[in-house]
Amino acid sequence: MIAFDRVTRRYGDFTAVDDVSLTIESGEILVLIGASGSGKSTLLQLINRLQDPTEGTVQVDDEDVAGIAPEQLRRRMGYVIQGGGLFPHWTVARNIGTVPRLLGWDRARIAARVLELLDLLRLDAGRLHDAYPHMLSGGQQQRVGVARALAANPSILLMDEPFGALDPVTRAELQGEIRRIHAETGCTVVFVTHDMDEALSLATRVAVIDRGRVIQLGTPLDLLTRPASDQVARFVGTADRGLKLLGFQRVADRLRPSDRPDDTARHDPISQDLPLSAALSAMVMRGCDRLEVIDAQGTPIGTIHLADLVRLA
Amino acid sequence: MTAFGALLALLLLTTFGLGHAAPFFAWLFPGLDQPIYRQDGFPALLLGHLEIVAAASAFAILLGVFAGIAVTRPGGREFRGLLETVGATGQAFPPVAVLALAVPAMGFGASPAIVALALYGLLPVLQNTIAGLENTPADIRVAAAGMGMSTTQILLQIELPLAAPVILTGIRLSVVVGIGTAAIASTVGARTLGLPIIVGLNASNVAYVLQGALLVALLAITLDQGFEALIRATTRWRRAR
Amino acid sequence: MLLALLSLVLLPFLRHARNRLLSGQPIDTLAALGQAGSIWTACLGVGLLLVVWPLVRPTRLACWAGLLGAGLAIAAAAGAGAGAADHLAAGAASSSRTSLGAGTWLFGAVLLLIASDAARRLRYGLAGILPVFGPLAILLALGTLAPLSLLREYAAQHDAFRAALVQHILLVLGALGPALLIGVPLGIAAQRRAALRRVAFPALNLIQTIPSIALFSLLIGPLSWLGKIVPGVSGIGTIPALIALVLYSLLPIVWNTVEGLDGVPRDVRIAARGMGLSPAQCFLQVDTPLAMPVLLSGLRITAVQAVGLAAVSALIGAGGLGAIIFQGLFANALDLVILGALPVIALAVATDLLFRLLTTFSRAALGGAAR
Repeated sequence: MIAFDRVTRRYGDFTAVDDVSLTIESGEILVLIGASGSGKSTLLQLINRLQDPTEGTVQVDDEDVAGIAPEQLRRRMGYVIQGGGLFPHWTVARNIGTVPRLLGWDRARIAARVLELLDLLRLDAGRLHDAYPHMLSGGQQQRVGVARALAANPSILLMDEPFGALDPVTRAELQGEIRRIHAETGCTVVFVTHDMDEALSLATRVAVIDRGRVIQLGTPLDLLTRPASDQVARFVGTADRGLKLLGFQRVADRLRPSDRPDDTARHDPISQDLPLSAALSAMVMRGCDRLEVIDAQGTPIGTIHLADLVRLA
Repeated sequence: MTAFGALLALLLLTTFGLGHAAPFFAWLFPGLDQPIYRQDGFPALLLGHLEIVAAASAFAILLGVFAGIAVTRPGGREFRGLLETVGATGQAFPPVAVLALAVPAMGFGASPAIVALALYGLLPVLQNTIAGLENTPADIRVAAAGMGMSTTQILLQIELPLAAPVILTGIRLSVVVGIGTAAIASTVGARTLGLPIIVGLNASNVAYVLQGALLVALLAITLDQGFEALIRATTRWRRAR
Repeated sequence: MLLALLSLVLLPFLRHARNRLLSGQPIDTLAALGQAGSIWTACLGVGLLLVVWPLVRPTRLACWAGLLGAGLAIAAAAGAGAGAADHLAAGAASSSRTSLGAGTWLFGAVLLLIASDAARRLRYGLAGILPVFGPLAILLALGTLAPLSLLREYAAQHDAFRAALVQHILLVLGALGPALLIGVPLGIAAQRRAALRRVAFPALNLIQTIPSIALFSLLIGPLSWLGKIVPGVSGIGTIPALIALVLYSLLPIVWNTVEGLDGVPRDVRIAARGMGLSPAQCFLQVDTPLAMPVLLSGLRITAVQAVGLAAVSALIGAGGLGAIIFQGLFANALDLVILGALPVIALAVATDLLFRLLTTFSRAALGGAAR
């Protein structure tokens, strides 16, 4: 659990973080989102003491971080930056093993953990274990960066715009990986981004930052349905809010189970686990207003209608 | 065999073999009654030469690298500007003049040579250390700090290894110039490979001059290639495919 | 920082000494100042106070004061030395010499260091140091410093010195000219043809690695051998020196020509040709101006290097200021050594400054378009 208590960070005349009080629950993915220069990266760096507050306290698991030696603190957390920040003169394996080595793990344990992580991040150990960072693609480098951050089993993972430099496809892949890893390890993730779609897709909760202040803190659904101000609304995006909202519920939630489809809907059924936005997209592509729904085994279980989609509050 | 290895072999061969090459030089320069420099053994001169260069370089490297590290730390930045200005002017000082000025201060012999070489050789090492350390990419520094490496660990495991090629280039330059200056130092009484040259020039004995020059040139080229090999070794990771 | 420099200033005070050549007797500061007269002591004191000011509080005014103080203190130290020398000469044999001691030189060096820092803070770079030499130059012109052994040496060697200086400058220019004439076309050609680059650079690098004294010497053999066949060609003297100097100057010039031309953005060239400029016009109007700053930088390095190499060439009979240095070394006449070495350094630093200014002008003329 991470707690900010009236934290302010000033450089001379400029206030990067202004009287922020915020509690990050254990096990959640909290996304800090804001425009460039809004102070979100500073907030992140206050957690691992890459920066120290001018006023206020930051507590991790009820301990004031100011009382912990910075190096000790950071070795307990994972830190991922854009591009990965991999050390170019070390192999992938050596990079990943950095924090375990700092903590004094024995060689065998480190070697085993490296293989574990390469597997976790879906990297081909055979080809990449002894490769150097310059030999890897951007996406691979970022995966190694995440692996490196997870090496010592941290309970907190800090990520500073990690996927900003990647193409959309790779970005989506890696977002999926983070969700999976989060589900498997249950660590607390604090994620900084300026991309609203990324925030909405990853977050348990979102904190919208502007000029050093938190202007809204809530679930993605809260942000979409009850934006705290026009500014937040604009940030979330007004033109396609409805489409975004459709992403938050699944077909299973809106299907008509008793309905049997007619012939026009029979051909391409849609899985009940897909979000409503996928259903809408399919309807647009096929030019129809209803789709057959199937379950995980492929058995038809009902229909979904366009009218049901639009009925959302 | 690597270029360095071959050159080293050639250098040693020449150093030890030159003493026996009297017939060859007698043939080249029929007018001379003393075709081979015999006042000192060539191996002894080589050793004397290396001693001076080694002593001066050790000082220059230690001081240069430490000062370079110190100046790039937060505490030392104030001196940075001053060092740059001094460095810029110091670069322009001809090594001969520095050597010459060391004599009034320290007398004749090997000492002024070592002091002059050390002072002159300090600059490239210092400047290259500063440049190398400052060129550590910022994101790597942040990543290293964020993972919990202490400043010392970052310096030793990240900054210095990455700066090594540049620092070694500075040391290489310092050493190669030092070899040349040490040869000239024979004029101030140092026992180096320059002695046959100076004696030869004074006595109009071209054979002496050639023998000294040959060894000096070989020494310089050999050490230069040695450094080349060393620098390539520190950047091997860049060439991995 | 201030404290460190401050303590450095205090040190030389303790070692201020003036030596007497024949008997080698050191004379310390206080005794010397006592003999020299109160004016010098007063100037020295004032100068030092002014110098300390920018160390304590580096404002613009303080830095100017520091420069003034340094000039004053250096001149005063020299003047005091001369005054004391005068005194000593009056009561001793006519063949005795009094020269400035190590302490005074160190004192001067430290003051120059402080002054250069002040000049840097004023953003005048190294050129700001020049005014510091002003008072000293005035004293020199007035002949006040004549009793010092260094200047007596100069007076005795006056003509030889002048000749050596001229010869030195001629050597440098004589090397730069041909080096440019050969090096620039070579560089242009090498920039266009990779094969030439692969051959030229290793060869030139090899030459650069060979120590100067060795290259000068290695040329003696073939050239004197040639001299047996072709009359007038000699292994020693000005010509071989020039040949070696040109060879050494080639690498920086060729390298920087290539770098400069490499630095011209491809798009600029394509745009120029697209607008209808012929290859020659393109080269003259686009490539040359853009590559000029880099070339000038290389020329600076070459010229400074040449000043130093020309000094070494005195060993093979080419004359120049090096001849004075070596004459002093061989005869154990240390004043002669200083008389030769200081001007070499001054010449090198002046050349460096000159070219830096030229480079800055050429960059400014391009308005930031060049690197």
